Amino acid sequence: MSDLMKVSSNPHIRSKVTTSNIMLAVVIALLPAAGFGIYNFGLDALILILVTVASTVLTEFLYEKGMHKKVTVGDFSAVVTGILLALNLPPKAPWWIGVIGGIFAILVVKMLFGGLGQNFMNPALGARCFLLISYTSIMCNFECDAYTGPTSLASLKAGESVNILDMVIGKTGGTIGETSMIAIVIGACLLILLGVIDLKIPGSYILTFVVFVILFGGHGFDPAYISAQLAGGGLMLGAFFMATDYVTRPVTKKGQYLYGVVLGLLTGIFRIFGPSAEGVSYAIILGNLLVPLIEKITMPKAFGKGGERA
Amino acid sequence: MKPNSVSERLINGLIKENPTFVLMLGMCPTLAVTTSAINGLGMGLTTMVVLALSNMFISMLRKIIPDKVRIPAFIVIIASFVTVVELLLKAFIPFLYSALGLYIPLIVVNCIILGRAEAYASKNGVLSSLFDGVGMGLGFTCALTIIGAVRELIGAGELFGVMVMPESYVPCSIFVLAPGAFFVLAGLTAIQNKVKIAGEKKGKDMSKIQSGCNSDCMNCGESGCSRRMIDETAQSRKEEKSND
Repeated sequence: MSDLMKVSSNPHIRSKVTTSNIMLAVVIALLPAAGFGIYNFGLDALILILVTVASTVLTEFLYEKGMHKKVTVGDFSAVVTGILLALNLPPKAPWWIGVIGGIFAILVVKMLFGGLGQNFMNPALGARCFLLISYTSIMCNFECDAYTGPTSLASLKAGESVNILDMVIGKTGGTIGETSMIAIVIGACLLILLGVIDLKIPGSYILTFVVFVILFGGHGFDPAYISAQLAGGGLMLGAFFMATDYVTRPVTKKGQYLYGVVLGLLTGIFRIFGPSAEGVSYAIILGNLLVPLIEKITMPKAFGKGGERA
Repeated sequence: MKPNSVSERLINGLIKENPTFVLMLGMCPTLAVTTSAINGLGMGLTTMVVLALSNMFISMLRKIIPDKVRIPAFIVIIASFVTVVELLLKAFIPFLYSALGLYIPLIVVNCIILGRAEAYASKNGVLSSLFDGVGMGLGFTCALTIIGAVRELIGAGELFGVMVMPESYVPCSIFVLAPGAFFVLAGLTAIQNKVKIAGEKKGKDMSKIQSGCNSDCMNCGESGCSRRMIDETAQSRKEEKSND
């Protein structure tokens, strides 16, 4: 008998993909957007990102210690939540906004529902909406040293002209991580190349949104208006990094397309017919809540089941 | 403590079967009007008055009201008291009347009141029914005032309209909006359960603050238990059917 014969139980082939690998890839992919945010808004942005990440990681650690559960801080999911939440905050927000948001994201949205894989809503977005409702004046104040006045999306809504090149590069006011379309797309390309995400959800989301804007935006097929709508606000960040969250997206292929379409429609409705200029975060949260229904109607049938009988 | 005595009924309503934190009854006013401590207190006291008086009257009339039409009869009695209280509030405490608004007429359909009428007042004597109503009402008032106080403290930095938080505190306004009611109610119920479980682990007798009793309902002497009511109604329905 050869020494190579080993007896072991299945699985015999193991994938190298783990939760911490994927999450680490997302962290790296978020770095360009975060880096540009720090370059754009200065040291305040860096401090806010660090405080928020510390808050999410510490909350997860303390909760799991206190509840005598396995500590899962090492899988980087809390870091991803922290960075995403910080990128969704205005640069001049006080530090305690990051702390409260981090605690809410991890404790209420994620841990109380059973931890990673069980949360029905994207924790970072849940916390953003919590903060938006609770501290509206702070969360909507985008004034900082570099930029004053309304965000480009708000000016666009008011019918003023905007500088599209600045919006694409990101030299405009807004939350820390949403301003630079280029930095976000670089990160997203990295994730797509690594196979962490694919284009099903972002593609159908953005396409639906573009169609909606052409039909109902009031500008018809105006490339300048459409690209301003795409580059402005949190659409890119939301479409590539938050709508594709593994936990809160549908698992079926058809469902993912449908999910993207729903998000595109909701974002279009909020942005064009709603009182506020931005609507990506609420659109994704509402989409998250619809995921169980989307999965139910798009569940593939087993071979031989359903269909008509001969 | 003697069952159905005045003090036993009061403690039952306040702690053992607290309508809000233990029985989870009357959630509509609990969640809707507790935006401040004073609103919670006002709603609780209003409900308590209606609850005590309707319990007393239903207990007095329990031998006259035919069993088959008892629910409409109870509703008529409860609705009369609600109308009286509503008019009194409108005349003498108009600020509370406008703050509580629609929720005052809705006391008629508050399930705590009908629940106590059905479970307790229609089977027990006048005095113990009156104090059952007062006890339940006090439990409801306490719960609503606490929820209102927590929401007002976090959401506005005030307590009974007086600023208590330091100047630099930025109120977290979601707590005075609808979602805050759910956060606070869930948090307070969790704390209460935590206290109960910790006490049981130490071997203390926590039967005073438990919901239900885990014992055999058929051989239990307690007549005011809400679980027993459900069993009894099911039992009497079965008997009615077999008689037919």
